[in-house]
Amino acid sequence: MSISLAVFLLFVASTLGITYWAAQRSRGASAYFAAGRQITAWQNGFAVAGDFMSAASFLGLIGLIALQGLDGFLYSVGGFVAFVTILLIVAEPLRNTGKYTMGDVLAYRLRPRPVRALAALSTLTVATFYMIAQMVGAGALVTLLLADSGISYNVAVIGVGALMMVYVIFGGMLATTWVQIVKAMLLSACTLILTLLVLRHFHFHLIEFFAAASQVTHHQQGQPVVSDFLRPGLHYKLPNGPLDLISLSLIFAFGTAGLPHILVKFYTVPDAKTARHSVVWAMILIGSFYVMTSILGLGAAVLLGPDYIVTHGGTNMAGPMLAHALAGNLFLAIVSTVAFATILAVVSGLMISASTSFAHDFWTNVIHRGVERQPGESVLVARIAALAVGAISILVAIALGPASNVLILATFGMAVAASANFPALALSIFWRRFNTAGAVAGLTLGLLATIVLIVAGPNVMGIDPPGATGAARHLIQARPWFPLENVGIVTVPLGFLAAIMGTLLSREVQAETKFNELMVRANIGLGAE
Amino acid sequence: MNNKAEDVPPQPSDQNQWDSIAGSEQFKDLLQIKRLFIVPAFVFFLVYYFALAVLVGYAPKLASTRVIGTVTVAYLFALSQFVVGWIIAGLYLLASARFDALTKDILARVAVHKVAYQDERQGDK
Repeated sequence: MSISLAVFLLFVASTLGITYWAAQRSRGASAYFAAGRQITAWQNGFAVAGDFMSAASFLGLIGLIALQGLDGFLYSVGGFVAFVTILLIVAEPLRNTGKYTMGDVLAYRLRPRPVRALAALSTLTVATFYMIAQMVGAGALVTLLLADSGISYNVAVIGVGALMMVYVIFGGMLATTWVQIVKAMLLSACTLILTLLVLRHFHFHLIEFFAAASQVTHHQQGQPVVSDFLRPGLHYKLPNGPLDLISLSLIFAFGTAGLPHILVKFYTVPDAKTARHSVVWAMILIGSFYVMTSILGLGAAVLLGPDYIVTHGGTNMAGPMLAHALAGNLFLAIVSTVAFATILAVVSGLMISASTSFAHDFWTNVIHRGVERQPGESVLVARIAALAVGAISILVAIALGPASNVLILATFGMAVAASANFPALALSIFWRRFNTAGAVAGLTLGLLATIVLIVAGPNVMGIDPPGATGAARHLIQARPWFPLENVGIVTVPLGFLAAIMGTLLSREVQAETKFNELMVRANIGLGAE
Repeated sequence: MNNKAEDVPPQPSDQNQWDSIAGSEQFKDLLQIKRLFIVPAFVFFLVYYFALAVLVGYAPKLASTRVIGTVTVAYLFALSQFVVGWIIAGLYLLASARFDALTKDILARVAVHKVAYQDERQGDK
């Protein structure tokens, strides 16, 4: 048995221990959906960080910076700054007015059935796409990292899917939270050690390190070139580059604050003050992590070289390859395990937010108009939904195969969150006049426009040279109709505009009357659960 | 600290109760003080963050200027986003001590009024 596998099994065993412990303590809906609202500020800070820092962050970003230098680092910046929006705008009102889901906040003063149905639809779409992206990534990782253990892509996808179903179905939010806390600790420690190893290579002399990063030799179209990786322009080039970058920034600034699996974390703490402190904890962790990704990415570019990374396992493998180059097999095993832990923690978070929204928003509140026909029904429905969503994700991830383009799926989730969820959520909290028609218009148009523009954009459409296969091949072989990779610059304003227009075209007295109640509850937490 | 005042939750049907809290001077003060911090902080954050994309996208020459050794304006500006984020978070925590104190006062007043309000209603019967 390889070291990688041994370290990985140790992690799995401890998370199953956590799940068993959580299952013993989990009684009732609030325990299952919101960890009994007993999570402390630092714990939730770690859990949010563990929920948010996905495989795309840990593996994808290091590779992106190793290939695109500064342009890749702009992704890291976006991932962090999003939490300023969460801190100032979303976390506390959400905690004070909702119970388990984003739909709770919307349904507060709007007509509950249509807005909950759409909120559940949008949550399920975002979570499922994200989850599939993570699982494809997990499968691809296993085939590369554990190549000697004989585990195939399909087995890896089923394994990851089965584990996350066990955490979520038996352990609920409490187990998910602790898996995320453990993962955040492992990831932070691992990133710190790796960063110190990179810097040690340059005798802890930062000027020397950055001097090396300013002269990276790589090949472009067969020609060797020397690039300064601290200068912009390696990825975002004229004519569309700058607009694409602004578009990406828009998605980051608002998208994270609309991601259902992040929002649900704020229901696990006792009150708004704890929620606020937990965001600050998360910002410390996530920020220092993303700052370190720049050292790791540039380190990989300098020590391994972009050419070597592309030919030996691709961008996603830059981090593990760097670990191997700096500290050998044992550290590679540890880094690989942390990468799995990362994926498991994120998919569990996605899974619980999707199943909670289905059970609480759709089943209990839309179909049965807010009445639980028997005690424990919503938890039971959530467990069945988790089973179904998990099974569907496993099947889709297997059908797509390891070569599929994970980035499209993940980008899609973030763009929907920014264009559909965030406008509806923000307007519902801050605009007295906002009403059901506005929420329905904003959610629907934000979701549809994102789908249409991503499909019509250069992520999906493009003419490939003959011989392009797998992830490199575009799904539709035609010139893209929409020029930007990132659709936010159109879809975010469109989501807001639709929500505002929909509101102005109709009048809803009830929604305006109840705004006082929402405002009071959101700001002083009166009557919060 | 517990802000929930679970012992006296107002009934959802008590629209008057919500309106009277929303209309009270104390509550308006709280909103005003919150707004005074949150709006400028959020606007500053957005401007500062989008300035990075605009600088890198539209002024690549300026962004490529080396400041310390080979470290560029763009890299330092990107790093400063983290520092600015942390500073905003720190200032918000400081400012929120005031919000919490005001919130506590309002909740205490609501609890007193709630009792008086119920007495009044019982008196009507």
